[in-house]
Amino acid sequence: MATVAEAATRNAALLPRPWRVVAASRESHDVVTLELESAAGETSAWQPGQFNMLYAFGIGEVPISFSGGDPRRLRHSIREVGTVSRALAGLVPGTLAGVRGPYGSAWPLDAARGGDVVIAAGGIGLAPLKPLVERICAERNDFGSVSLLYGARTPVDRLFGACLADWRAQGIDVAETVDHADAGWTGQVGVVTTLVRRARFDPATTRAFLCGPEIMMRFTALELERAGLAPTAIALSMERNMQCALGWCGHCQLGPWFVCLDGPVFDWPRMRELMMVRGL
Amino acid sequence: MKTLDVVIAEHPFFSGFDPAHTALIAGCGRIAAYQPGEFLFQAGLPADDFFLLRRGTVALELEVPGRGPFRFGTATAGEVIGWSWLFPPYEWQFDARAIDAVGVVRFDGACLRGKCEADPVLGYAVMKAFAGVLVDRFIDTRLQLVDVYGHRG
Repeated sequence: MATVAEAATRNAALLPRPWRVVAASRESHDVVTLELESAAGETSAWQPGQFNMLYAFGIGEVPISFSGGDPRRLRHSIREVGTVSRALAGLVPGTLAGVRGPYGSAWPLDAARGGDVVIAAGGIGLAPLKPLVERICAERNDFGSVSLLYGARTPVDRLFGACLADWRAQGIDVAETVDHADAGWTGQVGVVTTLVRRARFDPATTRAFLCGPEIMMRFTALELERAGLAPTAIALSMERNMQCALGWCGHCQLGPWFVCLDGPVFDWPRMRELMMVRGL
Repeated sequence: MKTLDVVIAEHPFFSGFDPAHTALIAGCGRIAAYQPGEFLFQAGLPADDFFLLRRGTVALELEVPGRGPFRFGTATAGEVIGWSWLFPPYEWQFDARAIDAVGVVRFDGACLRGKCEADPVLGYAVMKAFAGVLVDRFIDTRLQLVDVYGHRG
């Protein structure tokens, strides 16, 4: 039985802290980026790949990855898919959101230094990879060729258009594709795996980072394996129903792992078999 | 200037081919270029060719009555397009249109079919290479059908 002190500690860990929305920008018809500053002057030592639990007061809490910012100003890009995410995306500058975190594992960027990098993103999956790309841009000479392969459903679903142009200017090979487009679109059409086949990288030195729908990550990882990457050189960010984000509740359990605690960033060998299990 | 058999041997589609075979294949090819908007082939017309893409992007489309062209894919440098030349009735099922300036090696399908019939080892190598492309296209199409970015709830 928990002591009073232990219970107080557990409760404190679940208590959201108030952060103020200082900017809100619409990235697409269903994605909004919030910029948050602590109402109490706090900072957050987050790493690319990690997430916060964001609380819309009186409505609910959801896990949202960092999409940029710094320790004082956090950026979270939110896709409006349910009641809580719609409430968060509707917050305007000056209002408060609750924040718990940062939680989870980070992208293993240091392992990629000195070699080539492939970053494959699908849809809103570009958001958790954005701070990783920004860090690579800031330390560009530490890496060989860097390919960002970005797939979206249609041209209007593409995110961070200005960032993509900026990253190109900073020496990132940005390749985009959409699953569906009309004749007005002059870019690539097809699933993101087609971009893997077209990308130029040395499989012996390449590290890959994937984020997007599970099916997209599974086929992209298989395509990278086929291109010669070692399975251990592939990292991916998983998404599950996270509630406590502390490994207590078990909602996000995936086989032997808690996605909130052991992930969300995993290496491919830990996920490969699990992602082939029907219904898991 | 590179000879055609060197151009072909350096193209990813023919990587790993026996040099004697690429020399035979080169005998059926010629360099060609297409301006933006120009068709490489169109549905319903005889499929006499296939194309190794060397530069540019090609849209793969289907003209849907009342809707105009439906673009289901694109192909770029390093890829091959066209397999209707391999099977009767040797007729294109889709359109291929240059999006920008496109450079290709264009092959006479009947010429290569004849060489494949005469040399089963060459024929098997060509069929194996095209089968790999077909498998990739099938997987890509199935993933497109899944609509992985579709809205939930």
